[in-house]
Amino acid sequence: MSNPQIIYCHCAYAQVVPKEVKEAVLRKLCDANIPFEAVADLCELSARRDAGLQRIVTTTGPIKIAACYPRAVKWLFAAAQARLPADSTEILNMRVQTAEEIFERLLNPEVKPNLPASEQPGAKPNLSSHV
Amino acid sequence: MSLKDQKTLRLVLTEAPGAKRYHALQKLLEHGYTVTCTTETNFQAESNHSNVLVVTGVTSSENLLEQAETTRSQIEAVKHGEWKPWFPVIDYDRCTNCMQCLSFCLFGVYGVDQNHKIEVQNNDSCKTNCPACSRVCPEAAIMFPKYKTGPINGDAVTAADLDREKMKIDISALLGGDVYSMLRTRSERAQSRFSKERDPDKALKERQRCLVKLAEAGDIPPEVLMALPSPEEIIQRAEVAKAKAAAALQNSPQQIS
Ligand code: SF4
Ligand code: SF4
Repeated sequence: MSNPQIIYCHCAYAQVVPKEVKEAVLRKLCDANIPFEAVADLCELSARRDAGLQRIVTTTGPIKIAACYPRAVKWLFAAAQARLPADSTEILNMRVQTAEEIFERLLNPEVKPNLPASEQPGAKPNLSSHV
Repeated sequence: MSLKDQKTLRLVLTEAPGAKRYHALQKLLEHGYTVTCTTETNFQAESNHSNVLVVTGVTSSENLLEQAETTRSQIEAVKHGEWKPWFPVIDYDRCTNCMQCLSFCLFGVYGVDQNHKIEVQNNDSCKTNCPACSRVCPEAAIMFPKYKTGPINGDAVTAADLDREKMKIDISALLGGDVYSMLRTRSERAQSRFSKERDPDKALKERQRCLVKLAEAGDIPPEVLMALPSPEEIIQRAEVAKAKAAAALQNSPQQIS
């Protein structure tokens, strides 16, 4: 199995991700000397329909993203016509998880997919032609 | 030029040791750049990508930022940070295509795609820090990822969220009607006082006070309410949005009630 692609979001234009968490995650990634993609603001890339998001989803192998809530990240990618693979994407939430927890998951070759399922209890049917 | 047509610069860092890499990344990320950190020594950027700057080794983070800024201006790529990425994100697992958001928004953020399905089309027309449309969505399908609390920030939606009164705001109350009659009444009352007092500043203050009160009630930043167009224009824009929504609903084979 290929190593997961690692994406780190710096959430540069808001204070919703604790500074100490994002800095600790970034520092650990740098010290580990592994390849990863650091984006200033995933929201901005989504709004720009940035080709980088397409590149991430079309690269073979699992994906691990350190950003915020999985539901937000899933639909930010979808809005840029980049559908994250539900069976091989793991989102780490820097708004609520600790840097240690996140870093452990980023480096772990095992993937625990956690995108919200398309059919949620009580949710209306999916209008999925959008993605 | 629309956001998606603007050019952006991506950096690729190779052979940068841990500590130097961290400081360089901090600087670049704070300035809005996307940076690919690779361990490949012979990194080949995708062909036809004039907007990729490959940097081998890092001397200092200041030098690197300067190099990035020079390249960015040479290739006429966008300067990040001038727009705060604040806009609605639709959760299509929940959305029923009811068009409430399209009818509600006076700033033309929403539109429909060729299948008459709701979509966010003009992200940068959204008013920074205003989550008002997420409150009118009956399905809690509208997120603002940079919002402080759930479920608007993307946290899971609970049954309690859907029931909670704060999720529901009467559109008509915000769409000109009540807001403006309220403002008018207040300003008429205020005007009679002001005509005697001849103090235009007071009139403005009264208007601001009223808007702030509304903002507090509905979680709408006062500057957004202050930026609203004239009552006449609001009515006109609301009509256009409503007609757009009605046409989309009529043509939509997928609307779910
Ligand atoms: S995706 Fe989440 S963490 Fe990243 S910029 Fe948007 S709100 Fe911030
Ligand atoms: S208001 Fe209606 S159309 Fe808009 S996001 Fe919510 S459910 Fe979808």
